Amino acid sequence: MRETFASVIAANRFGLGARPGELALIGGDAREWLRAQLRAPPPVLGAADLRPSSQILAQALELRHEIQAQRKQAVTVGSAGSDAADPAQKRLPQFLRPIYAAEVTARLQHAVATERPFLERLTQFWSNHFAVSIDKQFLAGLAGSFEREAIRPHVLGSFTDMLLAVETHPAMQLYLDNYLSVGPNSLAAQRRARRQAPLIGINENLAREILELHTLGVGGGYTQKDVTSFAEVITGWSIGGEGGRFADGEPGRFVFRPELHEPGAKVVLGRRYPDAGFDQGVAVLRDLAAERAAAHFIATKLTRHFIQDDPPPAVVARVADVFTASGGNLPRVYAALLDLHEAWLQPLAKYKTPADYVVSSFRGLAVPVEADHAPLAPFELLGQRTWSPGAPAGWPDRSADWDGASGLMKRIQWADALGARLGNRREALQLAPQLLGANLSEATRQSVAHAASATQALTLLLASPEFMRR
Amino acid sequence: MAMLRREFLGFGALAAGGALLGTRVSLAHADTGTSRFVLVIMRGALDGLAAVPPLGDRAYPELRREFALRAPGESGGALPLDGFFGLHPALSFLQQCYAARELIVLQALATPYRERSHFDGQDVLENGSPRPHALQTGWLNRALAAAPRPAAREAGVALGQNVPLVMRGPAAVTSWSSSKLTVLDDDTLARITDLYAGDPLLATRLADALAANAMAAGAGGESGAMKPQVPAPGARGTARYAEVVRAAAGFLRREDGPKVAVFDTNGWDTHANEGGAQGQLASRLGELDAGLATLHQELGTAWKDSAVLLITEFGRTAAINGTRGTDHGTATVAFLLGGAVAGGRVITDWPGLSSRALYQGRDLAATLDLRSVLKGLLSEHLAVPAHALERDVFPDSAAARPLRGLVHT
Repeated sequence: MRETFASVIAANRFGLGARPGELALIGGDAREWLRAQLRAPPPVLGAADLRPSSQILAQALELRHEIQAQRKQAVTVGSAGSDAADPAQKRLPQFLRPIYAAEVTARLQHAVATERPFLERLTQFWSNHFAVSIDKQFLAGLAGSFEREAIRPHVLGSFTDMLLAVETHPAMQLYLDNYLSVGPNSLAAQRRARRQAPLIGINENLAREILELHTLGVGGGYTQKDVTSFAEVITGWSIGGEGGRFADGEPGRFVFRPELHEPGAKVVLGRRYPDAGFDQGVAVLRDLAAERAAAHFIATKLTRHFIQDDPPPAVVARVADVFTASGGNLPRVYAALLDLHEAWLQPLAKYKTPADYVVSSFRGLAVPVEADHAPLAPFELLGQRTWSPGAPAGWPDRSADWDGASGLMKRIQWADALGARLGNRREALQLAPQLLGANLSEATRQSVAHAASATQALTLLLASPEFMRR
Repeated sequence: MAMLRREFLGFGALAAGGALLGTRVSLAHADTGTSRFVLVIMRGALDGLAAVPPLGDRAYPELRREFALRAPGESGGALPLDGFFGLHPALSFLQQCYAARELIVLQALATPYRERSHFDGQDVLENGSPRPHALQTGWLNRALAAAPRPAAREAGVALGQNVPLVMRGPAAVTSWSSSKLTVLDDDTLARITDLYAGDPLLATRLADALAANAMAAGAGGESGAMKPQVPAPGARGTARYAEVVRAAAGFLRREDGPKVAVFDTNGWDTHANEGGAQGQLASRLGELDAGLATLHQELGTAWKDSAVLLITEFGRTAAINGTRGTDHGTATVAFLLGGAVAGGRVITDWPGLSSRALYQGRDLAATLDLRSVLKGLLSEHLAVPAHALERDVFPDSAAARPLRGLVHT
């Protein structure tokens, strides 16, 4: 390994971009700097205004009931206006938006300030692996608390524990519709059949995405039958306080509803699971996490994120082997990543995502993140609004997904605006080696040195080819 | 088994087995110098049976239960198409196009992909090969690379910050999206251009962005069409696609501009509470329909040379699921509209919805290969040579014979 590049690879590739002084701090032993970040328990995001999911969801459900009741009343008294004119329509977004803003701000503040940026990158990796998206109702209010409750506590734990926490979290139950799913032979379905009420049944969305996106990967060897069968296994996994047939249970919390659960033993991936109610699903998840396909899938995504867009199979296999041998012990998997010779070869192998670009700019220029200074705006302007991948696959992770012409122009324009805002208070020429280390090219150094103004110098530094990549 | 076949109007007989044999060689090529093509990708798997309900199929009402649309003319009923199929009531502009013989509805169509992953399904939809991840470039870009050289530096434009897979590849394309950010001063731009001289990727992207911005500025000067004048991203209502279609039209109207535009729509993954004549999907279809009407209006005289194709990765289950939605399925619908389209027909080899006819007992079966449609369209509308279509654009697609006569030639 070329030691001159090791510190900048550690700060940029594994971290979130160097803060001034960080490269010097890393010094000669880049791997140790990274390993040390994994030793203490993960920090808790501590802003006072962050609330638990259960509280937020219970309030949101309550609010929705109120809105629905109001509407019904409006209809009966014959004063129903159009939806657009209905002020009740706005009440949910008005409730959810400040929660989202507070969560994104806290997350960004932490990412910019943290001295354990490797841990934060890993957190964001897993949050994107188990993606929820705020374009679905309620998720704007839950995406942040979901990450704090289901992802962060397990980033230095086991994959199985994280998987269980994620799939039993109300946010995931809502996002992939499972809370409504009903076994076709469950008690609830039988009761309805007797009354000849409209049919209810399973929804296979969560079961499919657990197999495809959370564990085995799309080529992981499961069939449509496995999807259907697994969907039956997790019928009854739901949330409390939803109203109608979902009214009971503590509002806003995960509940198991035995009356919705499909009775009987089920076969998933050739293994037979006797009916054990809620535990039947836990047993399947535990087995999925231990599948070789899951190890391979997770190793592929990790090496794609940390090494190159298309990691060589031998590299993937080495990480997958450790995943399997350690039973999904995540710190050991991360250590295997750091031990890969290939991780230290190409200092600029990855094109930054817009979020990476924003966070590394804020870190590099030591920009204070203040809640009243529109901290969400850059993510929106650059096309990566936090927690809004739009699909359960999460944001894509290859350079070609992000290197569009319009996207590049926006980065440069945003960098220019940031430079203008900071003006003469940053010395770009002095910062350049601190941000880019051995990656700093002579062309960039010259360009920054000969800039027409301090502001322009900052723009050129942030627009430089080496700052676009990690 | 009695199977109702909808005729391929105007194309003579069907071959045995329902395969598409469009062997008639078109000698009269379109004047491709003026042909415009807009590709709209509907991500998330559009429910083709909701958008184009087979009202004449006896199994339809039971499968769709409370969401089954009533006959045209009834309250909340479908809009009329050919008597057998109807059109979702939210698609009133499309219905006008149909009546004006500017819309072809393609039903029971699918890509060669037969699994049910959105992400692999979209990959096949865009890469043009039979398998996910087999190619890192898209069929539309490869078609542009093989088409007669365009006048513009960029053959195509993606409306968005980044270029979707379908438009990635050897042909020069650009991307454009409206920006609330301030334009850079010329001196800074010149310095960044210099700084990128040693970096081919960034140099190309920057040049493409500048070219697109110059065109956008020009179009904005004519009609204000490309100025961002639409609500913030995520805004609901009929204006959802107004900005993006105005921008697309702004590029396509220009004589020196790209002749191909692509943009995404989403929100089609309706697993729960999909709705019928009204509801979640109806709102999305209404937004799309309004966007297409705006596109028609904004293209102006260029509409007569335009073909707009709407495609999605796969369809959804024939039956409503347990949560009043539909799960991932197989065959679905595509729409081809525009002044260049020889429309006013439904093209399908209808497989039926009886339980025996359903693919794997749950999905509408595919009887029409999307690549047949694309091959016919690309050859007749954009003059992409046949050998390139077979070899480079859609490898391993010999069984999918081009469907000809989709556009006026």
